[in-house]
Amino acid sequence: MDDFLTRAVIGGILLAFVCGPFGAFIVWRRMAFFGDTLAHSALLGVALGLLVGVDVRIGMIATCLAAALILAIGQRQSRLGSDTVLGMLAHSTLALGMVALAFVQGIAVDLMAYLFGDILAVNVSDIWLLGLGGGLALLVLIWMWRPLLALTVSPEIAAAESIPVERLRLVFMLLMALVIGMAIKIVGVLLITALLIVPAASARFFARTPEQMAIGAALFGAASVMAGISLSWHVDSPAGPSIVISAAGLFLLSGVVAPLMRRIRA
Amino acid sequence: MTAPLIEGRGLILSFGNERVLDNVTLSINAGEIMTLIGPNGAGKSTLVKTLLGLQQADQGEVTRKPGLRIGYVPQKLAIDQVLPMTVKRFLTLTRSASRSDCQKVLEQVGASHVIDTQMSSLSGGETQRVMLARTLLLRPELLVLDEPTQGVDVTGQAELYRLIDDIRAELNCAVLMISHDLHLVMAKTDQVVCFNRHVCCSGIPETVRQHPEYRSLFGNQAADAIGIYTHAHDHEHDLAGHIVEGGHDHGHSHDHGHHHGDHHGSGHVHGPGCAHGHHHHEEEIDEKDRIWRPE
Repeated sequence: MDDFLTRAVIGGILLAFVCGPFGAFIVWRRMAFFGDTLAHSALLGVALGLLVGVDVRIGMIATCLAAALILAIGQRQSRLGSDTVLGMLAHSTLALGMVALAFVQGIAVDLMAYLFGDILAVNVSDIWLLGLGGGLALLVLIWMWRPLLALTVSPEIAAAESIPVERLRLVFMLLMALVIGMAIKIVGVLLITALLIVPAASARFFARTPEQMAIGAALFGAASVMAGISLSWHVDSPAGPSIVISAAGLFLLSGVVAPLMRRIRA
Repeated sequence: MTAPLIEGRGLILSFGNERVLDNVTLSINAGEIMTLIGPNGAGKSTLVKTLLGLQQADQGEVTRKPGLRIGYVPQKLAIDQVLPMTVKRFLTLTRSASRSDCQKVLEQVGASHVIDTQMSSLSGGETQRVMLARTLLLRPELLVLDEPTQGVDVTGQAELYRLIDDIRAELNCAVLMISHDLHLVMAKTDQVVCFNRHVCCSGIPETVRQHPEYRSLFGNQAADAIGIYTHAHDHEHDLAGHIVEGGHDHGHSHDHGHHHGDHHGSGHVHGPGCAHGHHHHEEEIDEKDRIWRPE
């Protein structure tokens, strides 16, 4: 794993596999803006990490988890619409993060790397973090797959059939926070939502069951990572945005191909 | 008699200043069919949600038989287009089952052709049947149906009641059904509870067979499945649902000498003992006056 390109591909594909099933749930549960808010709060984590002197990745994961907890409690008690609560938290934490970064002395922070990700700078410890943390998040998601899906289809049915609705909601939010906190180094604050929802949206064209859509999202995500990195390699474009462009391109392609496939089969 | 499956005692719940449940006591026993009727906005769904634990009451107590298995059929199920879901996958939503078992229960509800169809492309009636099929796989002790006959004509209603009765016969379960139809209920109902923020009255339905006019109106097939519930209220509700003085409502005669004139006020509850006056009138009341007639 000496080659930075190899590390980028391994890290990116690991991330895509984790983001696929999570992204499917985010699309089904209409939580895209929630994910976006967590990502915005991560910048505050970078600043806190630098100020306190811990690894910025720990800082990012910690603030994402804290933001998820605040939202889980706050949304229930608020009179405001959830989009308002999310928007306020997203932008105030982002602003707070920027201000805090200005007070970090002596270290030049590459803001662009956190906003748009720096997949080509992925190191071996990032891959370990993604493999272990992402693997753990994925395992928990698979373990609670059936009840979480039932909750997504109908909270009433789920609750009537003794599924612990509130606990599941909270655990899912915290898992999302963990995944997003880990992903920011690779695709950045502003692009993580795209990596979560675009591959899932592409997979929707072909899926007949929720499970097919989740696996499809992982595959579309991996393909986007590979296409994005090679695009970046060949035309020297920034890697994170190139991955998102590839994902969007695959979505458009799917939108054209899927109806044709259906017509041929019919 | 064994302990009830679910029992609510003295349930009180307010949303803001609006009291939705006013000291409600209700219990469902094993194998019993209970129909909960009441006008729109009477709080029927809220009551059921409270009994199921989906809604917390401000006061009162809900006791459930430990480990009670409940099959719940919601009023509406809108599965988003964005969630791909075949009928087969929906049937195994909370519990796994083989394809042949799924096919079997779909045949039982008369929807055998839809197993590979997407849920979002089913008609309303098909969705209803698929939801019933799912409860057959769950084998619940209590089947809860929220307005299963909404938007269904009388023939379809009779068919649905027969289906529910078949399901109950097979599973040997209790049934709690909500209906906004104040007069036509499932003939096999053991107990009809008329509910408007509190239990107004309760009793057993008469079969349509006893009413020749209805029999010809509905046809013989439907007449066996549908029952008529004759209310026995001693108070009325105003538009906001508050109790006002008065003898009866719903526009039919209740003047059969069983008034409890002293029961007005907010603490008012009629227990099952109020199933009075349906079969033993001293003065003969013309049947035609006692029942509600469709316009």
